[in-house]
Amino acid sequence: MSVAPPTRRPAPAREGAGRTGSVASSAPGRTQRRPRTTILVTAILVVVAVYFLVPVYWVLVAATKSTDDLFTTNGFWFSDSPQLLTNLRLVVSYDGGLFLRWLANSFLYAGVGAVLATYLAAAAGYALGMYRFRGSGLILGVVLGGVLVPATATALPLFLLFSQVGVANTYWSVLIPSLVSPFGVFLCRIYSQAAVPVSVVEAARIDGAGELRIFHVLALRAMAPALVTVLLFQTIAIWNNYLLPLVMLADSRLYPVTLGLTTWRGQVDRLPEFYQLTIGGVLVSVVPLVVLMVLLQRFWRGGLTEGAVKA
Amino acid sequence: MSAPTAARSAAPAGRRAGRGAGARGPDGAGTTRSRGRGRSSGVRRAPWVLMAPFLVVFVLSFVLPILYAVGQSFTRVQRSGLFGEEGTTSGFGGLANYRQALEGTAFVESVGRVVLFGLVQVTVMIALATVLALLLESASARWPGAFRTLYFLPYGIPGVIATILWSFLYVPGLSPLVDVAGAVGLDVDFLGPSTVLWSIANIVTWAYAGYNMLIIVAQLKSIPGELYEAARVDGAGPVRIARSLQLPLIRPALLLATVFSIIGTLQLFAEPQVLQSVSTAISNEYTPNLAAYNSAFNNNDYGVAAAQSVLIALAAFVLSGLFLALTNRKDRS
Repeated sequence: MSVAPPTRRPAPAREGAGRTGSVASSAPGRTQRRPRTTILVTAILVVVAVYFLVPVYWVLVAATKSTDDLFTTNGFWFSDSPQLLTNLRLVVSYDGGLFLRWLANSFLYAGVGAVLATYLAAAAGYALGMYRFRGSGLILGVVLGGVLVPATATALPLFLLFSQVGVANTYWSVLIPSLVSPFGVFLCRIYSQAAVPVSVVEAARIDGAGELRIFHVLALRAMAPALVTVLLFQTIAIWNNYLLPLVMLADSRLYPVTLGLTTWRGQVDRLPEFYQLTIGGVLVSVVPLVVLMVLLQRFWRGGLTEGAVKA
Repeated sequence: MSAPTAARSAAPAGRRAGRGAGARGPDGAGTTRSRGRGRSSGVRRAPWVLMAPFLVVFVLSFVLPILYAVGQSFTRVQRSGLFGEEGTTSGFGGLANYRQALEGTAFVESVGRVVLFGLVQVTVMIALATVLALLLESASARWPGAFRTLYFLPYGIPGVIATILWSFLYVPGLSPLVDVAGAVGLDVDFLGPSTVLWSIANIVTWAYAGYNMLIIVAQLKSIPGELYEAARVDGAGPVRIARSLQLPLIRPALLLATVFSIIGTLQLFAEPQVLQSVSTAISNEYTPNLAAYNSAFNNNDYGVAAAQSVLIALAAFVLSGLFLALTNRKDRS
C-alpha cells in the first residue's frame, strides 16, 4: 500500500445518505487521543509486526548466503560474501529449469482455474439468486454443505476415481477440482440479489433479450466487484493447494511450486546444496505473492466485508 | 482504497443496461431460441442452463467422491498372496473399516491431539486477531493501514511454504532463534515430542491471524458512527466501548472465523507432513488427515482411509454445528 491513511476513510456511500456524523467523529475516541496511550498501542503493534516479519526477513537474508555461511554466520545478519544472484541462478537452472516450470504450472493452475471457477460461480450464484424455481433450496443447501466438507475428504476418493478413468497424474486432475468454488456461488448469490436491479432485468426481457444475454451483458457487469473477490480468493486457494497435487501428481514436471519446494526441502539431509535451492526458491515464490497482496488489499477487505457482514 | 463494494456497481448497472442491448452475449444461439419459444419457457429453463456447468464440476469433484468414499468405507478388500499378487476380492464389509480405524489407538489419539490443538490454537489466534483489530480501529493506533497490510501478509504465503520457512527457523544449527535462546541460557527444542505440536500451532497462527483480523476489522467498520457517539455521550471510555459495543456487534464475524478455524484444524495436514522430515516426534498418524493419507498411500488400505475421511468430515460437521448451537443458545438466554 502506498499511503497509510491515519484516520478512518469517509463513510461508504451506501450508508452515506442517512449519516449525519462527521468523518472524524466516526473514529472511536478520536477526540480524546492521549499521547501515552498512542505510544503504548503503537509499541504493541510494532512488537506484533516483528513477529509477522521475522520469517520473511530471515529468508531474505538467508537467500544471500552459501550453504556454509548458513550454518556458520548469524542468521539475522548478512555474511561477508553475499551471493544472492549466484543462488538465484542456481535455483532457476537446477535440473534444466525445473523450478521455472513449477512456477509456470502454478500460474496455469491458479490463473486458468480461478477465471473459470469465477465464471461458473457467477452463473450458478446468479441463477440461485435471481430465479425462483423448484429445487433451488436443495441445491443451495448441498453447495453450502460443500463449504464444510474437508478438502481431504474429497481428495483421496477423487484420486481413486480419476485413476480409474486415467485422468490422475495429468494437468486435468488438478484443474478440474479447482473449478469448484462453493464460497463463490454463495457470495455471487447474495451479491446478485443486491446489485442486479430486477426492474432493469424485466425491461431487458420486454425488449426481447434472452436470459443468457441478460446474464452475460447486464448481470456480469453489475456483479463485477463480487467477481473480483471470488477471483482473488480462488487464485490464492489454488495457488496454496498442496494436498490435491500431492495426491494426484507423480510426474515432477506437473508439480506446482508448493509441491516442488517440499520435495527439495525433503532432500536437504542427504544433499546440503538443497538448503540453498529451497531457500532461494521460497524467496522467489513468496515475493510476487506479497506484492500482489499489498497492491490488491482493498479488494480483500471488500470481499471479507461481503462474506462476514451479509452472511 | 476507499470505494465501498456494494455501492460501486448499483448505479452504473442501470445506465449500462440500455447500452447492453446492442452487445452480444457469448451464447447467441441460446438467446434467440428462448425468444422463439416464448419468454416463460426461457425463463423457466434459464436457471438450469446457467447452473449446469457449475453443477457438472461440482458433482464430479464433490458429490461423486464423497459418495465413492462412503461406499469404499463399507467395502472390505481381501488380498490373496503376500502382496495381493494373486488377485483381490472385495465385498460389503459392514462397519469393519470403521472398527479398524477406531480400534487403532493412533487414530483416536490423533483426534484428541487436534482437538487439544484446536482448543488452544483457535482461541489464541481469534483472541490475537480481535485485539489487533480493536487496536487498529482505535484512534490510538498510528499507521493502522500499514500495520493491517503487514499482519495480513502471511496469508498470501502458502501454508506449505510457510511451514518450510518456519522449519528452517526450528532446526538447531540453522535457526537463529535457537541461537538467540541459547545465548540467554535457554535450551529450546522446537521439534521435540512435547513441543512440536505448539510449533505447528505457531505456524498456523502466524499464517491466519491476519486474515481473521481482517474479517473482524471489516465488521468493525460496519458499525455506524452514531453508536460510538452515543456511547461517548454516555461517558464510555475506549475499554468500555470495546467491551459493551464493539465485541457484541462483531460476534457474527467472530463466529464465522471460529467455525472456519475449527474446520481448518481438523484438516491439519500440510504442516505436520512437511515437518515430518525434521522431527521424529511426528508419526504417520499424527493428525487424522495424515493418518488417512498414510492409510491410502503407504498401507494401500483405501477402505480404512475412506472410513477415516468420512469420520473427519462428520467430525467437522458435528463440531461446527455444536459450536453454532451453543453460541446461539447463550445468545437467547
